[in-house]
Amino acid sequence: MDRKLKVATTSLAGCFGCHMSFLDIDERLLDLIQLIEFDRSPLTDIKHCGPCDLGIIEGGVCNAENVHVLREFRRNCKILIALGACAINGGLPAQRNQLDLRDILEEVYQTEPGLTHGGIPNDPELPLPLNKVHPIHEVVKIDYFLPGCPPPADAIWKFLTDLLAGRTPHLGHGLLHYD
Amino acid sequence: MSATPDTVTTPTFQLDGEEIPFQPGQTIIQAALAAGKYIPHLCFHPEFKPHGSCKLCLVKISGRPAASCTTVAQAGLSVESEIPEVQDKRRTLVQMLLVEGNHFCPSCEKSGNCMLQALGYELGVMSPHFPQIFPVRPVDASHKEILLDFNRCILCELCVRASNEVDQKNVFALAGRGISKHLIVNSESGRLADTNFSATDKAAQVCPVGVILPKRVGFAIPIGKRKFDLKPISDPGASAGCAEHAEGGA
Repeated sequence: MDRKLKVATTSLAGCFGCHMSFLDIDERLLDLIQLIEFDRSPLTDIKHCGPCDLGIIEGGVCNAENVHVLREFRRNCKILIALGACAINGGLPAQRNQLDLRDILEEVYQTEPGLTHGGIPNDPELPLPLNKVHPIHEVVKIDYFLPGCPPPADAIWKFLTDLLAGRTPHLGHGLLHYD
Repeated sequence: MSATPDTVTTPTFQLDGEEIPFQPGQTIIQAALAAGKYIPHLCFHPEFKPHGSCKLCLVKISGRPAASCTTVAQAGLSVESEIPEVQDKRRTLVQMLLVEGNHFCPSCEKSGNCMLQALGYELGVMSPHFPQIFPVRPVDASHKEILLDFNRCILCELCVRASNEVDQKNVFALAGRGISKHLIVNSESGRLADTNFSATDKAAQVCPVGVILPKRVGFAIPIGKRKFDLKPISDPGASAGCAEHAEGGA
């Protein structure tokens, strides 16, 4: 390979569990870092994405900021990967989709006994929540999907090494999990 | 029949190039499973009459698509199952089932023992592909022994059939049409607690997904040791005789 591939990662409406699982590839990170360099990522704290070969997205889309970040990734990354259950089908955050957003906010911030009654937060810096949580492929085109909650480190390693070697990623029995 | 099986030529058909023997009257999937050849299925259950609704058991017979659970085996048929064209259609069917319901596997006690999930793995379903519908389907926790989580229903009607044909209780039914079709409980209140349903009923044992769950079981088996963690659904040990139907909860 002539140059290192540029990789950006982000967590939208996720729990960072997929990123933790990514770090669970442990000493294989040393092999990986021979092949890639990180651009925007929680690992580098770079705030915006430059032109990249690979974008890895954890989490679904639950608010307006998620949409902007996701579009930034799509604009800059040649290949986008949906990493984990939330990015793929909304996951845990999407469990609110059966409820009315206003009802949820009122119950959490105003009416639920035992919780502080500070009112529904409305600081202009807070991104507006969407009515529903969406999988990321409903907002931008996604090239690859890696399921799991989180995907096991071995699955992430297999997936990335397949992709970096120019193969279509293939997870066999034991690596493909929806939970 | 007076002759012994050894002296009678058992009729056969071809499944993906392999000769499959069958008894007259057997359907293609019955003969295939008996011969240890897996054909994907969800609404088919060896103890019940073929239903033909899920279409996962789709095969091509002499070039024409057919449901292998409702097609009677005939000598000399050429059946194609594990070919890309058929597997692609099955994968699409699983994806449609996944987006029609709320299949949040990480919170489901049936995860690891679920036929829909295992078929997703088997067919390499990596994404839902279609937009999620996120239907609103409240659970019914009224019964003291059984939880009904309608979010996961795939309308296979196995519980409907088991309750009618085996339990003679007629507890479940499907109501509505098309995308509005849904599982209902046959009591005036619509609640399971107001029926004579029992956790020992056949209908409590046959759900291929996580709709009918025994309470107070929870996540009894750790991840990595559940049924389809250990072997894929196509493994002869899992499919011959459809052992995946045998257990109720996790």
